Amino acid sequence: MNKTLLILRHEFLHTIKRKGFIIMTLVVPVLALLAIGVLQLVSTIEKPPVVEMTAIGYVNEAGGFDQYTTQGNIELIHFDTTDEATAALINGDVPEYFVIPPDYISEGVINRYTLEKEVETPAAITAVIKNFLTSNLLSEKVPPETVYRIEAPLDLVVTRLTETGEVATEQGGFGNVIIPGIFSLLLAFSLMFSSSYLVQGLGDEKESRLIEVLLSSVSTRQLLVGKVLGLGATGLVQVAVWLASAPLLLGLASSTFGGFISTIQLPANFIILGIVYFILGYLLFAALSAGVGAISPNAREGQQLSMIYTMLVFVPVWFSSLLFIFPNSPIWVVLTIFPVTAPMAAMLRLGVSDIAAWQLAVSIAVLVLTIIGVLFLAVRAFRIYLLRYGKRPNWGEIIQNLRSG
Amino acid sequence: MLAVEVTHVAKSFADKVAVDDLSFSVAPGEMFGLIGPNGAGKTTTIRMMMDIIKPDSGEVTILGEKLAEATKDKLGYMPEERGLYKKLSVLESIVYLASLKGVDRKSATEKANELLNQTGMLDSQRKKIEELSKGMGQIIQFIVTIIHDPQLVILDEPFAGLDPVNTELLKGMLADLRNQGKAVILSTHQMNQVEELCDRILMINNGQAVLYGNLSEIRTRYRGNSVLLDFKGELGEIPGVTGKRPHKGYTELILDGKTAPQQVLEHLVSRGLAINRFEVATPSLNEIFLKEVGRKP
Repeated sequence: MNKTLLILRHEFLHTIKRKGFIIMTLVVPVLALLAIGVLQLVSTIEKPPVVEMTAIGYVNEAGGFDQYTTQGNIELIHFDTTDEATAALINGDVPEYFVIPPDYISEGVINRYTLEKEVETPAAITAVIKNFLTSNLLSEKVPPETVYRIEAPLDLVVTRLTETGEVATEQGGFGNVIIPGIFSLLLAFSLMFSSSYLVQGLGDEKESRLIEVLLSSVSTRQLLVGKVLGLGATGLVQVAVWLASAPLLLGLASSTFGGFISTIQLPANFIILGIVYFILGYLLFAALSAGVGAISPNAREGQQLSMIYTMLVFVPVWFSSLLFIFPNSPIWVVLTIFPVTAPMAAMLRLGVSDIAAWQLAVSIAVLVLTIIGVLFLAVRAFRIYLLRYGKRPNWGEIIQNLRSG
Repeated sequence: MLAVEVTHVAKSFADKVAVDDLSFSVAPGEMFGLIGPNGAGKTTTIRMMMDIIKPDSGEVTILGEKLAEATKDKLGYMPEERGLYKKLSVLESIVYLASLKGVDRKSATEKANELLNQTGMLDSQRKKIEELSKGMGQIIQFIVTIIHDPQLVILDEPFAGLDPVNTELLKGMLADLRNQGKAVILSTHQMNQVEELCDRILMINNGQAVLYGNLSEIRTRYRGNSVLLDFKGELGEIPGVTGKRPHKGYTELILDGKTAPQQVLEHLVSRGLAINRFEVATPSLNEIFLKEVGRKP
């Protein structure tokens, strides 16, 4: 077997047997399963009893307001005076009451009385009072259907059209963001973990001087390419496990979240771009880690150094909430083109809005060029620093050595 | 065809000349000692032979050709500080590293079992490397070095940290390799091992060759003006002897430089002295080493 393939095979088998890798791979489906279970449990416990008529008292000092006293499940009970209403409240006959003052028509003030301590009036209560008032104000002035329409004036249905005027296959909405969002987050974690494996592995081989035995058998290039590809293969396995568990999880989840799950859809190009960015992301991080592994005298220092670029992976995730508000900000273009953040930024943006073709092209081109450049420098750094076990060289020395070496 | 031919090789690091115009050769079937103090340039020389680092100038030829990927399969190298994958089993470690030397898994497993049996470690084949003692780990590393039947074996401080039993085991296996016609290079500063095992040596200091050649010739060259004598009776005055140094079990007689040891022996015999031992004092490699290394700054 080709020596690069032997190293690939070894690194692959070595990594997938690691506890950290197994936990990381299984934790995602297991956590998702747990989350679904907990939500299902909570939703059964919290399910409100079907028929529970709740009453709200009211005192009418303005006149009128004697129709529409049933609002959904809530009965509105009339009291003649506030004293009566207060007594009923204290006795527990009604949980709360409100007063329509005589100058209500001119001032619009409603006074609400309750025993509960609240941050603000629950939206459902506000809606009940509002509908009660609106219905009574309009009664006999417009037909009952119009009263109903005024209470619920719109049910917004949005349809996205293509430039040719047909209904677009991809309709947007939160359902569209879910899969790319989850995918980019998982990719970020996966990159972070796998980078740390590579740096750790190289550090260990340097510390144990095993690297000298390896280099007396294979070339630097074979060793590096084997390691990078071996790691890429483990990443693919991880994502394959996650993807394979997705239909099962979605099936389970749909019984809990029903309607929402049905709105989940994959953005067009997502599969293709997802795989492209996944592979390029892995290669970039593996090359960066090989470079860091080469200049660090041991695994510990290597891990610290690799924090620099692994933290950068999460930058698009930190700003993802801003993405919904400003999807077209130039910041996103920068994050899509900057190689370290590109995979995450592109995945997130795919779910929210369209990415201009030129941006994708530039992003992928920059990523590919960076990988080649970093690999070239990593092989060089490897040769120069691999056999130095002392102190890590400072950045000035590294730059000078890479230029001259 | 020479196993190793190093011609005018030089290598500098940022602020230090590690190897300076070094030339030597090693023939097949030869046990060759590469000796020198710490930091002399031994390891740098070995790394250049292994193509792990490139020389600034000069040429290295291994088994008749410049080191290429295919040549690497014919070399065995055991670095000074040793380590293997701690989490892998003994057998897995050996088989993986052998596969990188072009041995298929089946043959590697068979050979590994054979060598583990020979070193009395067959029972440990399923153990993880981290469960082994230091000496056992070193034997495994030696097995890794020779499992692919290399033509050239380079060992950096092979005896460091080994107990006497394992030292003898290793010596025996090294002698076998030599008898099979392999070239063996020992890099060490343990002079007694070199004296016992090596045919020829290269002594380097500050990256330069200090002594190079056949070990017994070198020792003859460094022979001093004294004889070692173990006797019974009264020694008295001996012509041509300028001084006597008593040692435990023998006396060292310092000659004047004009008198041959043979003449002294004849004189002693003629006086009827009972002689148990008469030996021309030959300096140990250690003494030569100290003399040479101490002389150079």
